[in-house]
Amino acid sequence: MAADSLINWGLLSLNAPGWGGVLLQGFFNSIQIAVGGFTLGLALGIGGAFGKLYGGPVLRDLLECYTTVVRAVPELVLILLLYYAGTDLLNQVLALFAIGPVDISGLMAGIFVIGVVQGAYSTEVLRGAIKAVPAGQIEAARAYGMSPTKVLRRITLPAMLPYAIPGLSNLWLIATKDTALLAVVGFSELTLVTRQAAGTTKAYLLFFLAAGALYLALTLVSNVFIGMLERHARRGFAVQR
Amino acid sequence: MTNETTHAVAFTPEDLPTARSFFVPHRIVMMLVFAAFVVAVAVFMRWDWLPRYLPRLGWGILVSLVMLFSTAILGFLLAVPIGLVQVTGPWFLKLPAKVFCTVIRGTPLLLQLWLLYYGLGSLFPQFPAIRQSFLWPYLREAWPYGVAALTVSFAAYEGEVMRGAFAGVPPGELEAAKAYGMGRWTMFRRIWLPRAIHRALPTLNGETVLQLKSTPLVATVTVVDVYAVISKVRQETFLTYEPLLLLALIYMCLTGILVVAFRTFENRIPTRGA
Repeated sequence: MAADSLINWGLLSLNAPGWGGVLLQGFFNSIQIAVGGFTLGLALGIGGAFGKLYGGPVLRDLLECYTTVVRAVPELVLILLLYYAGTDLLNQVLALFAIGPVDISGLMAGIFVIGVVQGAYSTEVLRGAIKAVPAGQIEAARAYGMSPTKVLRRITLPAMLPYAIPGLSNLWLIATKDTALLAVVGFSELTLVTRQAAGTTKAYLLFFLAAGALYLALTLVSNVFIGMLERHARRGFAVQR
Repeated sequence: MTNETTHAVAFTPEDLPTARSFFVPHRIVMMLVFAAFVVAVAVFMRWDWLPRYLPRLGWGILVSLVMLFSTAILGFLLAVPIGLVQVTGPWFLKLPAKVFCTVIRGTPLLLQLWLLYYGLGSLFPQFPAIRQSFLWPYLREAWPYGVAALTVSFAAYEGEVMRGAFAGVPPGELEAAKAYGMGRWTMFRRIWLPRAIHRALPTLNGETVLQLKSTPLVATVTVVDVYAVISKVRQETFLTYEPLLLLALIYMCLTGILVVAFRTFENRIPTRGA
């Protein structure tokens, strides 16, 4: 039986001869980058969405260029460009202040790269969500004499949340999968670690399927939480059929 | 996981600038600044390698486009039954289709590609039956694995879109078809499929643009597309930015052409009341 001898479950054990621990460490790195990148993207997205809706013409056009470029160029190419350009730029800036070149950790670079890509997408998602908030609510808040930041904090952000959550949850799932692209620049996240493990032990199918199961588990668990969040955010809305 | 959300990610026809909107004072200034930047890039960066690699770049672009269109067409042909059985099929067809969509959409494309190329690719030579079959010369190449991975991924995302589109066709139209005495196949061919495709067309086009952005992944399994050619340039000339900037420009042009083509295509389909 060829299939029986192909599966050596011992390879997945957590201790030294097995690669399970290495795989989980890579998985942990992936989750860290996804969380960091998504959060950075959300911050960029909130800024970008407000800039696009309420900013001046120059700011609006610059943001339009940003979202257009990110949405038209493959993530893989953007990751390569940002990875090299970002680290290069930082070192040149540091050199201006007469500080020697620093070695930027792969984790920070990864979070930066995923965050910049996610920022463009969340700008679009949040812009749509803010536009879906009835204008009368914001006008009412202004009529009460609230300052712009207070309107943002009390009305716009909470009211847009139900409209933003489907798009943002989609972006979170994209972020978890985009971390795999960092394997191409040599950051040891789950996919690259899996490839190394598979190449060393020649048990390709076993390791790739194990990594797939980990990614799938992350997606399914995320979906459960997203469902709960969405139900919470949409409470009081008319039930759609 | 709703269909509208792909629109925020994909570059759609609404994002294209109109010709008239360019002639606003601040935009003219910005364009001048940008033109100065382009001139600076052209003058101060090294581009002497470009003529040598131009034929190979052309081939690379062609390979990328062939990858895109072949996998989009094959994937769409798979997506129609996957979407359909999720709407009307019996449970033993509905369940596998749902599981297929969930699994493929829940794992990274790069991992699927490597699973097929390294995993199956290392498994096939162990079976003499496969080594002696007529398929073996193809299975030793890299591109069938790239095509397979991209097709499967496209089919899963599109299957979900088509499920929504099939479910969204107004039941009155299907009832009217039934009242005309159409058989199930005629009804599907004349009413249900065309209406579903019509409804899903903007999303389908968006997904095709996203598929273009997935094609460079096949370069990681040694398919020589435009991304692989640029990687080769980077290795041989030791340049970091110039080839990558050119690559980004190439993909932006391809996306732009694709989006404009889709817009003309969409506008040619008559829509009443829209």
